[in-house]
Amino acid sequence: MADLTATLSTGRAGEPPGLSFYVSGEYHPENGTLLGFWIYLMSDSLVFACLFATYGVLGHNYAGGPSGAEIFNLSLVAVNTSLLLLSSITYGFAVIAMTRKRVGATLAWLAVTGLLGCGFVGIELHEFANLIQEGNGPQRSAFLSSFFTLVGTHGLHVTFGIVWLVTLMWQVAKRGLIAANRRRLMCLSMFWHFLDVIWIGVFTFVYLMGTLA
Amino acid sequence: MSENTGLAKFVFGRLTWEAIPLHEPILLATFLAVVIGGLAVLALITYFRWWGTLWRDWITSIDHKRLGIMYVILGLVMLLRGFADAVMMRAQQAIAFGDSMGYLPPHHYDQIFTAHGVIMIFFVAMPLVVGLMNFVVPLQIGARDVAFPFLNNFSFWMTAFGAVLVMMSLFVGEFAKTGWLAYPPLSGIIASPDVGVDYYIWSLQVAGVGTLLTGINFIVTIVKMRAPGMDVMKMPIFTWTALCANVLIVAAFPVLTAVLALLSLDRYVGTNFFTNDLGGNPMMYVNLIWIWGHPEVYILILPAFGVFSEVVSTYCGKRLFGYASMVYATVVITILSYLVWLHHFFTMGSGASVNSFFGITTMIISIPTGAKIFNWLFTMYRGRIRYEPPMLWTIGFMVTFVIGGMTGVLTAVPPADFVLHNSLFLVAHFHNVIIGGVLFGLMAGITFWFPKAFGYRLDPFWGKCSFWFWCIGFYFAFMPLYALGLMGVTRRLSHFDDHALQIWFQIAAFGAFLIALGIASFLIQLVVSFVRRDSLRDTTGDPWGGRTLEWSTSSPPPAYNFAFTPIVHDADAWWDMKQRGYVRPRSGFVPIHMPKNTPAGLILALLSALCAFGLIWHMWPLAAGSFALLIVAAIVHTFNYDREYYLPADEVVRVEDARTRALAAHG
Repeated sequence: MADLTATLSTGRAGEPPGLSFYVSGEYHPENGTLLGFWIYLMSDSLVFACLFATYGVLGHNYAGGPSGAEIFNLSLVAVNTSLLLLSSITYGFAVIAMTRKRVGATLAWLAVTGLLGCGFVGIELHEFANLIQEGNGPQRSAFLSSFFTLVGTHGLHVTFGIVWLVTLMWQVAKRGLIAANRRRLMCLSMFWHFLDVIWIGVFTFVYLMGTLA
Repeated sequence: MSENTGLAKFVFGRLTWEAIPLHEPILLATFLAVVIGGLAVLALITYFRWWGTLWRDWITSIDHKRLGIMYVILGLVMLLRGFADAVMMRAQQAIAFGDSMGYLPPHHYDQIFTAHGVIMIFFVAMPLVVGLMNFVVPLQIGARDVAFPFLNNFSFWMTAFGAVLVMMSLFVGEFAKTGWLAYPPLSGIIASPDVGVDYYIWSLQVAGVGTLLTGINFIVTIVKMRAPGMDVMKMPIFTWTALCANVLIVAAFPVLTAVLALLSLDRYVGTNFFTNDLGGNPMMYVNLIWIWGHPEVYILILPAFGVFSEVVSTYCGKRLFGYASMVYATVVITILSYLVWLHHFFTMGSGASVNSFFGITTMIISIPTGAKIFNWLFTMYRGRIRYEPPMLWTIGFMVTFVIGGMTGVLTAVPPADFVLHNSLFLVAHFHNVIIGGVLFGLMAGITFWFPKAFGYRLDPFWGKCSFWFWCIGFYFAFMPLYALGLMGVTRRLSHFDDHALQIWFQIAAFGAFLIALGIASFLIQLVVSFVRRDSLRDTTGDPWGGRTLEWSTSSPPPAYNFAFTPIVHDADAWWDMKQRGYVRPRSGFVPIHMPKNTPAGLILALLSALCAFGLIWHMWPLAAGSFALLIVAAIVHTFNYDREYYLPADEVVRVEDARTRALAAHG
């Protein structure tokens, strides 16, 4: 932008003197990666919106099978929820370490975040395995179809986030906290917190309201 | 039906030799023609030693202009396929009366109408619209490229491989027989156990990823990369409509992704979202797919409105009438397009209040659209109108689209819709707005920007032929369908008993013949213009007396678009520069930061298509293997940090000096 102000006085050939029609030096527009990633998150939230809507419409179609109150293990889900919320906090610490340019601390906090994420996915898989074993798999009723799909899609996102996190740890270890890596860490940060927000919705609408009703 | 067993089943799933339609003469002949044509093209490329340039300058290119051209080529090739389907349907319906069953058996006919709809929307209209946006938007906003050049290349290849999957269904297996939106329970596993619906699902999922990324890419490009001085109310109208269309893409395509994923879960896992038993609800699918589907038609029409706005003001030599109202109308249409989806199925039985709401919101859309029509008319009023082909398409649009809009408002009235629902009246209506709106707009846009892309104008005589054949052909082909629809004839029928109806179908078939002449004229126009390119040459870069920034650079533009980023003072930036005596800079060039080419987009898209093919045929090792490779390839790509380079100042000087000489020679 310094170039721009400079050319405003040195521009050529305008009737009002000083009116310029081009930037005479180099011109770099702002980087749009964070905005683009944010827009991607909004589109992803629409995928979840569809799954929530489907759960809202089909979530009481038990077809003679069990209801949420009969199969949800709320205490297990509470542990799961705290793991995920905690992982958001630890990711926050990773970002703080990143802004202080401390590679080791950043990597350490990322590792803690990844482990908490793995714990979350592990517990979810355990819950799914139990349900399927008891004959309450996604084929049993429209309620269970929409339950497994909504919760499972979130779980897939967390799994993908863990793969991404490991990749990024490798890249940070290899190249340090260069601008490109900092940008990537901020994108993953948004992704991770976004999954937290979605999970709060899942926890409230699926588990809490399903159990209390 | 023979089935694979043992190891063959594990590796090849349900793919057997029977999937290759050797017993269908029409398909076999088509297949042979495609093979011979394909081999001929490959031989030509090898003979002229074009492989290197094809790989370096096109396949791996991340230049938005080349990607735009490739999108348009993809759209035009698929137009020929989609139109062949249309001709086959028109011919069948013109002869299949009484004892004559026509020449297409129902299972073939059903695939044809499904493929026709899918191809025309996803692989003709979308690539053409995205192609025009790709080529034009960065030039109009004075940018060097889009925000994410690699993603742009990846998006193109995902779209292209989606098209490849659809084309493959012609020769390996079959396509869906469900209609273009594949409503369950017909598209469920019980009614459609074969691969047709799976081809449908996975080709759209693969292409859909590309479209979504395009949407994100262009929003960021338009928001972040406009030239200095171009505030939002100085953006060219085409850029405005492109922005709104991309917002719609981002807000609509995830819904399509989600609903197709749910349908595939029903088919592959045995869930019960849209089944008739165990609590499933097929109307959930219909609602969701139209929450995508209605915005989709505005994704197509808004950029066409943008083209008409640019064309009208250029060929009338006047500033666009009512710029601000045009912007507001576009934004209002963008928002309203989300509040009307239920008008596609008033007959669902959601009750009078819900139907009234959606009927009224639908009718309200005609208000901003009508405002646009008046803006274009008032731009023409007292303008010096030049009747070049783009202007003819625009005038043809204004007449035709108004008719289509009025039949749309008619069907927006729920009681009328109960009579017209699923009839040929509806088919006539949406062809009226899509051909008269989107297609005319795309033809206008292609003719308008062709000299910018290739450096020579298109021959106007054959352009006019194309326009008149298309326009008259459209009326012959679809006005009879309005009449038939009012008589109660439903859509998607391959045979009729009542001979009194036949004359209408014969008139419609004649219309399709005229449209075929229109398409042929367009192809002839391309060839004739290429042959006569020296006399049609555009040396100035501004052949029409243009108004926006794309006309300020050379035709075709250099890879970097603008040697210096322009500074904008007016909505018609280039017109303003010309009025104020702008002098093109001839010295002081600096190195330019440019993105590097990469084959990563092609590789990732190819792996996605392989994975999709494995899923379609239940070839699990192929699907799992290519998916794993896809993840690995994506990760490997992220380790490439070296994605940009500086184009040296010497090179910029060389290109700009060549242009200076060309301009001087022109006088």
